Amino acid sequence: MIPAVDYVRILPELVLTVFGIIVMMVDPLIPEQGSKKPLGAIALVGTIAGLAATVYQAGYYGSAFYNTIRVDTFSVFFHFVVLLIALVVSLTSFEYLEVQRIRSGEYYGLLLFGTVGMMLMSSAVELVLVFIALEISSISTYILAGMRRRVAESAEASLKYFLLGSFATAFFLYGVAMIYGTTGTTNVYGIAHFLQTLHSTLAYLAVALMFVGLGFKVAAAPFHVWTPDVYEGSPAPVVAFMSTGPKAAAFAMLLRVLFATDAPGWFWMVWVAAALSMTLGNIGALVQQNVKRLLAYSSIAHAGYLLVAFAAAQQVGISAAIFYTASYAAMNVGAFAVVSHVASAGEKYVTLDDYAGLGRRSPMLAAILTIFLLSLIGIPVTGGFFAKFYVFSAALQANLIGLVIIGVINSAIAAYYYLRIIIYMYMRDERTDAPVARVPVSLGVGLAMCLIATVYLGVLPGRVLGYALESAHDLLK
Amino acid sequence: MNFIDSNILTIVTFLPLAGAILLAFFPRRDRDIRYFALAVSLITLLASLHLPWHFVRGNSGFQFEENIPWIPHPNIHYHLGVDGISLWLVVLTTFLMPLCVLISWKGIHDRVKEFFILMLVLETAMIGVFISLDLFLFYFFWEATLIPMALIIGIFGHGRRIYAAVKFFLYTMVASVFMLAAILWLYARTGSFDFVTIQNLVQSGQVAGFAQAALWLFLGFFVAFAVKVPLFPVHTWLPDAHVEAPTAGSVLLAGVLLKMGTYGLLRFNLGLFPDQARRNAPWIIALAIIGIVYGALVAMIQPNIKRLVAYTSVSHLGFVVLGIFSFTQIGVDGAVYQMLNHGVSTGALFMLLGMIYDRRHTYDMSEYGGLATPMPVYATFFAFIMLSSVGLPLLNGFIGEFMVLSGAFLAKQLYGILAATGVIWSACYLMWMYQRVFYGNVTNPANAALTDLDARERVSLWPLAIAALVMGVAPMLWLHSIDPSVVAMLKQFSGATQASVPTATHVTQALLQVIGR
Repeated sequence: MIPAVDYVRILPELVLTVFGIIVMMVDPLIPEQGSKKPLGAIALVGTIAGLAATVYQAGYYGSAFYNTIRVDTFSVFFHFVVLLIALVVSLTSFEYLEVQRIRSGEYYGLLLFGTVGMMLMSSAVELVLVFIALEISSISTYILAGMRRRVAESAEASLKYFLLGSFATAFFLYGVAMIYGTTGTTNVYGIAHFLQTLHSTLAYLAVALMFVGLGFKVAAAPFHVWTPDVYEGSPAPVVAFMSTGPKAAAFAMLLRVLFATDAPGWFWMVWVAAALSMTLGNIGALVQQNVKRLLAYSSIAHAGYLLVAFAAAQQVGISAAIFYTASYAAMNVGAFAVVSHVASAGEKYVTLDDYAGLGRRSPMLAAILTIFLLSLIGIPVTGGFFAKFYVFSAALQANLIGLVIIGVINSAIAAYYYLRIIIYMYMRDERTDAPVARVPVSLGVGLAMCLIATVYLGVLPGRVLGYALESAHDLLK
Repeated sequence: MNFIDSNILTIVTFLPLAGAILLAFFPRRDRDIRYFALAVSLITLLASLHLPWHFVRGNSGFQFEENIPWIPHPNIHYHLGVDGISLWLVVLTTFLMPLCVLISWKGIHDRVKEFFILMLVLETAMIGVFISLDLFLFYFFWEATLIPMALIIGIFGHGRRIYAAVKFFLYTMVASVFMLAAILWLYARTGSFDFVTIQNLVQSGQVAGFAQAALWLFLGFFVAFAVKVPLFPVHTWLPDAHVEAPTAGSVLLAGVLLKMGTYGLLRFNLGLFPDQARRNAPWIIALAIIGIVYGALVAMIQPNIKRLVAYTSVSHLGFVVLGIFSFTQIGVDGAVYQMLNHGVSTGALFMLLGMIYDRRHTYDMSEYGGLATPMPVYATFFAFIMLSSVGLPLLNGFIGEFMVLSGAFLAKQLYGILAATGVIWSACYLMWMYQRVFYGNVTNPANAALTDLDARERVSLWPLAIAALVMGVAPMLWLHSIDPSVVAMLKQFSGATQASVPTATHVTQALLQVIGR
């Protein structure tokens, strides 16, 4: 008999699933050429209800469903992050879908199901369930990537993402199988118990394989090659979603798999992946003309900074990673929200040249994007600054001087290409043939949320960081 | 302490920012925006005058302190305070700001709102740099000055503005990363970002591994500040930035931003690492003297007036660095004083150049000649300010240079002799420039009908001219509050040299007797 409280511990997932099903059921009721905005509204209500459920859930920490789920500060934190991302993305999508004439009701359903998968990824402590959650989130994003049906690049993105993604998940599953073979359990904390006494080469291999699978999901080098193409082809709000949501969830998972199990041999893997991601991401971004591709490379680089925090390890490093995830989500979703608006019908305007003179055509939008870009650089008064700061100071405390030096040099390189966007926006001659539509209310609200989050994390990071520390503490327990 | 005393620094710092935020919601009526910006900067100036008014002279410590925990982990405090060194730099900033607004009245006619928002944000950041006593907060403001300044150059500048803005940004950004690394090291070992706490810990030798790391820490800070000053080999961003920047941008760049570098050297390099400062002084002084002479020589051959004035900054800031690293009371006093002088004189020079640029849209010296005929008032102001920059007795530049050179002589005669040539050079290039621009007949017909300064322009110049005169006649008004803090700072250095040094008070009083009575 499953106690009732167990259902509370998956309440947010349940709520979102229900709303997702409602979206799918209402969809046929709307005439084919009609606006799909009501579905968006349902999705919006769903995410808000999900947030409420998460708040409610925070009073019921503990394990559920035969120790396959664990609700703790860590999982609740990631639930919040993922839900807020979904909220802002659905706000952005309202207008985007209209402009692009994408009349697919399932868009919002998939968004909700994907979110369910990501939330589950952060609370699952059973590797089989982790795998299922990973699949739920991945399959939704594969389809979402191909939503611009009339565009070849979108289909390419979807297919590429799907093929490579399946390949990576297979690696992950292989790793799970091996760890099961070694320890006889798939429960994260059970594995930790075994690994304390047991030393086997197979465990190393298993951890390496799982790392490959998750490394793909977070777009860490050398498993990053898919990123630019997929980001370029996918609809912009979907990129906002998949560059942050699955990433946050996969990082949460990686934190659990690596640290809760006390996995052997992770250190040098993470070290190399961090150094490679930062360097390849930033160097790749330097030469991009397409803003979406540029931000794709930047997201690879940011995965690298995050992995630096992983390498620093233990409480300080983990909390830095958690903080980084939150502030990265805020600034990146915001940046992509602006990009998706500027892109306009058919995503015509996505090159740097199209951003020339944006500061004059749409001063507010340009100013907001500037703040997000400054945050991505890591300039004070923005969340990005403290995120980087915590990561590097954690790494220094762990004596990872090499990684810090690589990271700092990379931050300096990164400043250049983010700055280039700002230069185009303000200092180049105007492009009059690329009009910018008025910012609709829904997008305005979404942008305001990202902006407030970015600045809040940059001015008063204390609270979120305190929460991150607590989460890290819970995770390691 | 009453409410005002305990919150005045926050008020002064964040008034401009509050103004900028309000301005963002203003309708685009340029006239109103200008008046509003002027009002905000004037109110800030008035508020900042509270500082010298209620400053306790003779007290070497920090005053008007505010210290509240900001972020618990890492242990960052919102710790503000001024001493005699930073006090006047704050006032210099707030003093130059209304003048910058005035000078941009007509020159900036496109995207006026953005311009004044950036200016006000920049003011907040600049003030923050001078009053932060928490290393983290200091770095925070330090970086925050970068964006508005780069944008001001890049958006409102002249021809090669993008190149100049990017160069300025990257130079400063890359250099300050080293400072951040040094700050983080200090934090990792002391568990505090607080300047006073760290200073005490370092002095009492309680920081593990400090002796081995001191050189690298010193260099980390030094690189960041040297680029900003700018010291000789890393000065190349400065002429570009100045030439391309709009007038108000140049004024603030020369008047305040460069002082952030020398202030940092004094506060952090000397304050935290006195031994390393001593040890590294010879090559730093060498760089400073090279800067003095090289800057002057390069200035002499510039065909572009603004570039010429930009190079004079390299030369004059060399004096400041020389004074700081002479480790003598009079030298350091003079350096601090020279920082203020340079802000006033060079700020005024850039404003004068902006006025002629508004009329003729060129900085090319060959375009001008005989300007004294159509523009007598302009020529008079220019002559006055130029003489204050050259260091004519009774004007401010003389006091600063005299004190710095006295300090240099006391430290080592050779330093003084070499640096003293800089005074001659500066007279050469400025006088020569003046002669070519103002004297003789009007050769270019475009110059014949130029209108002289209007009321707004005169209003923006008078305060600087008066300041140059008062600072030249009554330096003790300033030195009274500067001196105790300098003495306290130099206490860390060996006492032997101190005894042989006459106090600044003695020297300046003697000075006054010579020139005054």
